[in-house]
Amino acid sequence: MNYHRTLKSAVAALALAVPLCWSGIANAQDAVNLRMTIWSANEAHLKLFNEIAAGFKKDHPNVTVTYESLPFETYTTALTTQIAGGNAPDMAWIFETAAYDFVNSGALYPLTDTLKATKGYNAEELSATAAERWTKDGKLFAYPFSTSPFAMFVNNDLIKASGVKTPAEMIAANQWTWDNAIATAAAVGKVPGKGGLIVRDFNYQTWQNLASIWNGWGASPWSADGKTCTMTEKPMVDALTFIHEAAFKNKAMPGPGESVDFFAGNAAMTITQISRASLLPKDKPFAWDLVPLPKGPAGNYALIGQAGVGVMQAGKNAKTAAEFVAYMTNPENSAKLSQFFPSARKSLLNAEVLKKTNPLLSQEQIDKVVISGIATGKVIPGHTGFAQIQQAVRSGLDAVWRPDANIPAALQQICGQIGPLLKR
Amino acid sequence: MAVAQQTARPEGRSSSSFWTVARRDSLAGFLFIAPQLIGITLFVLIPLCLVFWYSLHEWNVLANTFTYTGATNYQMLLEDTNLPSVLGATAIFSAGLVIFNLSLALLLAVLLNQKLAGITIFRTLFFSPVVVSLVAWTIVWGFLLQKNGGINGVLLVFGIEGPNWLREPVTAMISVIVVQVFKNVGLNMILFLAALQGVPNELYEAARIDGAPRFKQFRRITLPLISPTILLTSIITIVGSLQVFAQIAVLTQGGPGLTTTVLVYYLYQQAFQFHLFGYGSTLSIVLFAIVAVLTFAQWQMRKRIVFYES
Repeated sequence: MNYHRTLKSAVAALALAVPLCWSGIANAQDAVNLRMTIWSANEAHLKLFNEIAAGFKKDHPNVTVTYESLPFETYTTALTTQIAGGNAPDMAWIFETAAYDFVNSGALYPLTDTLKATKGYNAEELSATAAERWTKDGKLFAYPFSTSPFAMFVNNDLIKASGVKTPAEMIAANQWTWDNAIATAAAVGKVPGKGGLIVRDFNYQTWQNLASIWNGWGASPWSADGKTCTMTEKPMVDALTFIHEAAFKNKAMPGPGESVDFFAGNAAMTITQISRASLLPKDKPFAWDLVPLPKGPAGNYALIGQAGVGVMQAGKNAKTAAEFVAYMTNPENSAKLSQFFPSARKSLLNAEVLKKTNPLLSQEQIDKVVISGIATGKVIPGHTGFAQIQQAVRSGLDAVWRPDANIPAALQQICGQIGPLLKR
Repeated sequence: MAVAQQTARPEGRSSSSFWTVARRDSLAGFLFIAPQLIGITLFVLIPLCLVFWYSLHEWNVLANTFTYTGATNYQMLLEDTNLPSVLGATAIFSAGLVIFNLSLALLLAVLLNQKLAGITIFRTLFFSPVVVSLVAWTIVWGFLLQKNGGINGVLLVFGIEGPNWLREPVTAMISVIVVQVFKNVGLNMILFLAALQGVPNELYEAARIDGAPRFKQFRRITLPLISPTILLTSIITIVGSLQVFAQIAVLTQGGPGLTTTVLVYYLYQQAFQFHLFGYGSTLSIVLFAIVAVLTFAQWQMRKRIVFYES
């Protein structure tokens, strides 16, 4: 009797459970998990990204988006290792320097059709200049969600204490040139324990950040078509001689192996992207200002850094991932993102929007540095096979970062090394 | 005879005639070594074969293409203008490391082989870097070796302006070697210490009675008797020196120029930074060949140099 009852209960339970399990399996089959690799681990950034993912889930209940933060310094290496290991993410952030490699390789899923098909996306307002590096054969392969100008943060307390004019005063007197800027940096750099000008993240290795100085000389590491090394040309020789003198003769820049932190209040000025304003000290604040890059012998100029987000072609859910990228970068979410990552959308490039998203910056700083920088700036140098070229130039420039350097000879050697790489 | 056959047979009958004692013993033996064998096959032999297979291909990770190129990557080895500098840097690093590491380890072991109060504290002190995380250790040294870092700060107290340790070709190589030696010298020191304590005391007593001075005792008794340990430590240290990576990656990134770009760091750059997995694999075959040849050569030398009591 008992045996029969148990058997009946078991059959009934199975009858209930099987369809439930089946529906569960069916749901699991529909479920789409998307993974995006990013190089930020900032809590505020992740909170915003998760909000955007939650917003997407409302219309796509079966789609879950997760973010994987990889270390900034080794980001591209970690990403390509994942791809090599057959564990490619569905979506990935891409540095502007690595853009050519990713766009030209065919690793990315074309986004243009998806973006155009998205209601209210207004893809046309993304300027062609901003999209240039991310486009191939008229198709956008990664969306440049961050277009951030380089500018100069200055410590007016230190500059005034050295008895020299502040950059704002020099700008007012139309004297904001590289010669005057470096003289100011040298005045502060002479004070024991203080530094003059720091090109942030350069560290005598990430040489592409020096474009923030050498663009003022009209210098470029290679020709516009990317095929010829132009480091031996006069503008580059002059610009690097200027930087060399600033570091080794005038002590206007900390030399190789010397570490000075601007945001700890120990240096006169630093060139970096405006998003670094968040590093300004809150406990022991100093009088700071944000000014455009000084005028070089070739005139006024601006430099921008970009970050793109692309969909990996190899992913199973590339179409859904492209839809998520379209959602993430639609006008509404771009406005939210622009508090950390300045947008290249024209409708968001106005003082009113930018003031809201960058509360630390004044109206004047936004006009002169951000809007004008994004509108006129050149993107940091990049090239197909950039990692190899970067390494060859870095290694060659080590001969420049010595007190007794023969700069033209070192640059000649660098061109010999990278010439064949540029032609590939 | 008949009795003996009868007593032997039931054992054979109880299991199948295939499972003789010898077969059963060898099966047990294989089962005992199976975990290690499977591990080596999965994690050493198969990857080794795969690396060789990759070295015959051009593998573009981003474009997801894997093309057979035959010996092209090996041809590239001959045409690579950076390779002589890289092999040179590897040789200098390995030679410097082995000589400095073994002599310091032996010196420390001899000094710490005294019966003094509190000597174990010193032994622990010198061994402790071995258990410290390699990257943490290297990062701290990176700070100390900066132009305005701790070491130059101390030198300045004595009125000496220290060099830019990690930026000058010669000092950069010396720095990387010294950081690596200080990290691992404790391990060799402990091995030498154990060997020294195994040298019978009566040999020294006999030598003293014969009037042999301390240095002669060391040369004629200590060195021959600890020579198996010297062989072991030199093999471990040479193989380890050829595989150095983290210190280079953290301290110098191979610079200045290519002066500290050793083979492992170079192959990492080629494969993981430049996405040339095929050429990177070829370089690791070169590394494998160098390690194999050096180890084989040392093993052969043992008959001439190493003293065995038997």
